[in-house]
Formats: sequence, structure tokens, C-alpha cells
Amino acid sequence: MSEAEKKDTPEQAEFRAHCRAWLAENHPGRPPVHIPQGALELSDPAALEWLQTWQKSAYDAGLVGADYSKETGGGGMTDCQAIANQEMSRARTPFFPNIIGLGMAAPTVYYHAQEDVKAELLPKLLSGEEIWCQGFSEPGAGSDLANQQTFAEKQGDHWVINGHKVWTSLAHFATWMILLCRTSKEDKYNGLSYFVVPIKEALGKGVTVRPLIKMTGETGFNEVIFEDLVVEDRYRLDEVGAGWKVAMTTLAHERGAGPLTTPSAGGMVTEEEPGAAVGNATSLIDLAKQSYRNGKTAADDPVIRDQIMKLMIRQEGFRQNQRRIGVQDLNDHPMRIPLQYKLVATEIGQDIAQLAYEIEGAASSLYVNDENAPAGGQWQLAYMNSFGVTIAAGANEVQRNILGERVLGLPKSK
Amino acid sequence: MTQQKNFGFGEDEAMLRDAAAKFFADNASADKIHNQVAGDSNIHRDIESIWDRDLWQQITELGWTAACVPEEAGGIGMPLVAAVALAEEAGKVAFPSPLISTFNTTFVLNVCSSEAATAALGSIAGGQAASLAITNQKGSWEAADTEVTVDDNKLSGTAWFVQDAQKADFFVVAAKCSKGVALFTVNSNEPGIKIIPDGIIDLTRDQAHVTFDKVPATEVAACGTGDRVLSSAMPAILCITAADMVGGGEWLLQTTTEYATTRVQFDRPLGFFQAVKHPLVNVMIEIDQAKSLTYNAACAYDEEPENAERFARMAKSAASDMAIFSASRAVQFHGGIGFTWECFIHLFFKRQMHNQVLYGDAKYQRAKLAEMLMGAAA
Repeated sequence: MSEAEKKDTPEQAEFRAHCRAWLAENHPGRPPVHIPQGALELSDPAALEWLQTWQKSAYDAGLVGADYSKETGGGGMTDCQAIANQEMSRARTPFFPNIIGLGMAAPTVYYHAQEDVKAELLPKLLSGEEIWCQGFSEPGAGSDLANQQTFAEKQGDHWVINGHKVWTSLAHFATWMILLCRTSKEDKYNGLSYFVVPIKEALGKGVTVRPLIKMTGETGFNEVIFEDLVVEDRYRLDEVGAGWKVAMTTLAHERGAGPLTTPSAGGMVTEEEPGAAVGNATSLIDLAKQSYRNGKTAADDPVIRDQIMKLMIRQEGFRQNQRRIGVQDLNDHPMRIPLQYKLVATEIGQDIAQLAYEIEGAASSLYVNDENAPAGGQWQLAYMNSFGVTIAAGANEVQRNILGERVLGLPKSK
Repeated sequence: MTQQKNFGFGEDEAMLRDAAAKFFADNASADKIHNQVAGDSNIHRDIESIWDRDLWQQITELGWTAACVPEEAGGIGMPLVAAVALAEEAGKVAFPSPLISTFNTTFVLNVCSSEAATAALGSIAGGQAASLAITNQKGSWEAADTEVTVDDNKLSGTAWFVQDAQKADFFVVAAKCSKGVALFTVNSNEPGIKIIPDGIIDLTRDQAHVTFDKVPATEVAACGTGDRVLSSAMPAILCITAADMVGGGEWLLQTTTEYATTRVQFDRPLGFFQAVKHPLVNVMIEIDQAKSLTYNAACAYDEEPENAERFARMAKSAASDMAIFSASRAVQFHGGIGFTWECFIHLFFKRQMHNQVLYGDAKYQRAKLAEMLMGAAA
């Protein structure tokens, strides 16, 4: 028994054994199609379908939604999702495709929807049968999220929605959207309301999804136009005017600081090329040993060695921070580490990819469409994609404001 | 993952830490320590070791220095995280005392496994202060480079950069012998020893070079084993030094945050401006990284010794960089007042700068790590 298991509750220990046994038999193996680096880059329907099959099988085995109540399609357990995540990571399984659904929509629906809506939506969300997207950002509401212009107007028993969402990942595959919008122009924050919206059934009938192309050349996110879309009142979460409060539940979970643990399975390296384990500082060592920089092996360059160690230290520090969250006596402020999660994780990822670029020397100029590109050009792709996450979910500049104000108690910046 | 969830930081450790925090709050305000150690600002002032012996006696009576001495030597037998927690509290008030040097010596003696070492540990448990004399004039952190030699159990030569040397009752000395390095204990008042105080920047400790002229000493680690003993203890020493910096960093962060909420310029408190707010958040992030890495390394020292050196070098690297960053931002954001002798910031600034280099600065730790993880560079 490992040290990590020593402190498992009986329920956790039993569940861990179940996860491990199931994964030993049911790992989906290597994918028959190309799988991108993350769910937000999904564009090939065949890749989506293969990943959905994997998520469904993991859900049926109880590895997804372990901490959700049985009435909402979950396992009804306590603190067991983290166990499943550990075991899936250990087994190096592929990631789940319904990343927005699991990480943001599910906890928000769980805490704010009426009971029949939870029972209707959550089982197919957790199983991955229905993909979700997030309708928060607008052309005029990026970091200033509360500046929503999309408007929902009450007409009888229904709401009629008009507006323009943008940077909407997975909208091209999504059945449902979590939607933050304005229901009153009187007050910036208290004029917001929150809905779940069935967008797929309304495509061409009030909803238009148009792909946007990222700086990498990949698709994966979109703009979404609402024109007189009619939505039932039961799909409103919490009270009219309480949208900002509900959005805080979404954002807390998106930033890794919410009460529910997000089901997460990533860990499989899908590329054959060595050094392609993007997002892991340790893989920079192998990359440096195989790369030439200024005509010499990068692993012999003392500056490169120093920088790799620096990132491995930050990565370990991040990991140990997550461990320290659980030790009440070693935390002065309960949100101090949780609110750092998104900021630190995304900046480490960006710095790792940037250093990989430097390690590769002249060959870092080669991209995924060149057969000589080191590691298939994956690091170059990862570096550009890393800006997606340092910007999304509240740009890191906004995260620094939040930490400065909520944790350090500094005066609010405008 | 094979790690204990709570870093081995249990109820006993929390109780000891909280008692220490209370003790320091009652007895060691920044105001009091500043009055005590910063009375003379003259750049050519006499070299002095200023500390409160009565407080030190209370500390030894409270059992802090016995905490990590094994029970069979008369101590309490707590794990390294206990010393780390106490060092963090001492760092938070920049406390002048031989606490850190005595902890470091304790962990060296703990791995000596000789009767003489057990006896020396007994004197630490009994209230004696100790320090390590293991470094040469070139500042090498490798035991084999010691410039002290031994002949017939008599020490000769000079050890440099000995921490809190004037406060120590005895030293553990690394000496070159016929087959490598041996370790000895020697009382600091033994005839033939000269403690020559260094004029140092840090006002909260003393440092000296110590010369030995055929001084009879007691062997605690046999000839040829001294290297191994010091390498085994080094992760503990790195953790304790890092913890002192984590504590100091936290004081600098909280004090500067307080200043940034009260000091008004351009009709706003300084902390309103993101040019101040964001770097303060960055200081907090670096402190948390260093703190978690330090507790991880301290836990590994007892629970997974095969990883102890790797984790301890990570902790010391992160803590050393953080020490410089937290100190520099504190002075900068205090503005003109932060640059003066009367502002308490300089006490912590100087202690951080002193700590960051001890047992190897951040770049040294990363060079050692790179050798471990990447192999030697061609």
C-alpha cells in the first residue's frame, strides 16, 4: 500500500481498488484517429466520437461523477472523484471530451438548477453523450465579464434571447450551452441572469454557430449568434438577476477552486515522437538531449540546464501546493492557494512550451507541416495554444487582481 | 504518488508551531528586535553579537532545541517538519539566536551514529547551542574541501562562514584525515580556538571564521565517513534554511501589503495600482511555492530518503529566489522610507540576503539538480 492510500477512507480505498481493476481491463488503448493535445482543440468528428465512447465507458464504470448524487446520475460518494482522477492519470488514459461540461456546467447546474432539470441534464453530461459549451465571452465582454450585452427578454412563460457570443470552444459539437446574459439594463451586476440553453436543436432556428480559426491554424472555437431564440423558464438557473452569483460558481470550478472535483482523465501521450509530452517540464530533459542549439547539444548549455531545473521546481511547487491545500494547519487563508491554481498552472505551461522553443534552436522554426520539425512541431503548437489558457477564464491579469483583493485585501482596482 | 498527505505535519507539530508563534508575538516584535540589534547604524561600527540570552534560555527550556533530538539521546524525537515549522516562525520575526545553527548541527549529529554523537545530542537536549564549522574560505559547500586538518584527534586550520559562532557552546567540525573527512565536536571555549567575528550585513546573527591550533577534539564520525554524514544531513540543513526564508518572506509580504493599503499617493492607496498589486501577488505565489516545496522536502527526509536531496535542493532554490524577490519588492514598495535605517524592512532584507547564499544559492542548487537529473554537461 502506498503512502497516498494510507489515509484513504474505507469508501475511498474500496473505490480505488475498483478503479484500478476496471482500468486494468478497460483502458481504451491507442486511438485509431489523430487526437489533438486537448479537448478544446477538437475538430474531427471521428476523434470526438472515439473520446465520447471512452468517456461513456468510464462513466458507466462509475469513474465520472463519483461525488455527484445518485439522483443526478452520479455515484453518491464523498471525495472519490479525486481517487478516480489519480487512478486514470496513473493508467495514462485519454482525456475526456466534455471538458466544459464536466469542469464548469456540471457543478453550476448541480448547485443552481431545479431538481428535475438536474436529473434531465446531468446524466448525459457526465456520460459525455451531450457535449456542452460556455456562452460567457462577448466581443465587448472579455476580462470585463459583467459587461454582457446579450439580452434575454421575458415573454409570457418563456425567454427570448438575442446577442453575440464569441471564443466559444466546442460550440460546433455542443448540444447545450451555459449562458450568462443580461435581463436588465438597470444594473451592471444585478442585471445578469444565467440559463442553460439547448443550442443544437435550435441550429438554423435562432442559433448560428460559426467557426473561428486560431493563430495556430486550428479550429475548435466559434462565435455563436442568437436571433430570437426561445428558451423555457425552467432552464433559468437561480433567480432572475442572480446571474453573477451563479457565474462565480462556474468560474471557481473553472479555475480549480470550487468545492466539486472535476473529473479528469488526461495523461496519455498520443504522439509517438519523443519529447512530445507537452505540458510536462520533465520532458524538456529528453528534448534537450536530442536537440541542437547553436550547433551544440542543448542539454550541455548551462543556461538551458538552469532554466529546465527552474521549471521543474515550479512544477513540483505547484504539485506540492495542491497537496498543502489539504492540510488546514499549513494554510493561513483558505482561498490563497486555490485562487492561484489557474494563474500558476497556465503560466508554467506557457513557460515550459516557450523554453522548449528555445531548446530546439534553429529547428524551432519548423512547424507541424514539416517532416523535419522536432517532436512533430508539437511544442510550437503548444506554445501558441498556451495563450488560450492564460487569456481564458479571466485573463491572468484579472486573476492577479482577484488574488490581490480577496487574499491580500488590497484596494479594488478599476 | 507515495507521499503522506499532511507532510507529516501532525497535531504535535502544529501545537509546537503555534506555541512558538505566541512566544515570538509576546517577546520578539520587530520594534523590539530593531531596538536591540540596530542601535548603531555606523557603517564602521564594532563587530558585535547581539542577542537575548534570557529568551534563548526560555526557548531551550520550552524544549524547541530538544524537539528533533532522538529520545535515546534525551530529546523528543520529532521529525524534521517540526524544526522546519520552528525555523519558519523564527524567520518571521528575524529572531537573533543560535536556533537555526543548533538545528543544523542536530541533524548532522543525528546521522553520525556514534556514542560520542549521542552524547553531543544529549548536551543539545540539555540546552547547549551548537554550530557547524564545515566550510572553507572559498565558500565551497563540499565537505571534502574543508581546510581544517586532524592529527591524532587534534584539529588545526581555519573554518569559515561559521554561523552564530559567538553564540555556540560547541562546534561540529569537518576535518581532512588520511582517508577523507572525519567529524569532531569541540567546545567553543577550548584553548587553541580563536573565534574571529566577521563584519556581516545581517544584523540578526553573527558569523565568524574559527581557527584551530592543535585543539583536542572528540570524533563523532570516523575518518572516511564525514562526507557521507554531511551529505545525508544536507537536505535537512537546506530545508531549515529555506524555512527561515519562507518565514521572512511572509513577514515582508504582510508588512508591505499593509503599507500598500494605508500609504496614499495620487489620492489612492498604493495597492490600488496594479504596478504594485501584481508584483505583491507574485511575491505571494513565490512564497507559497517555496513553502510547499520546503514541507515536501522535510517530509521526504523522513519518509522517502531517496528523494530527499532532490526535493531539498528544489526547496532551497525556490526559497533563495523568493528571498531576494520578497526583500527587493518590500524595499521598493515602501519607497523612500523603505530605503532608511529606521524602517524595519532592512532587518529582514539583510537576513534574506544572508540566508539565500548559505549552503549554496538558487543557481548552485539548480546546477546540482541538473547533474542529478540530466547527468554532467559535456
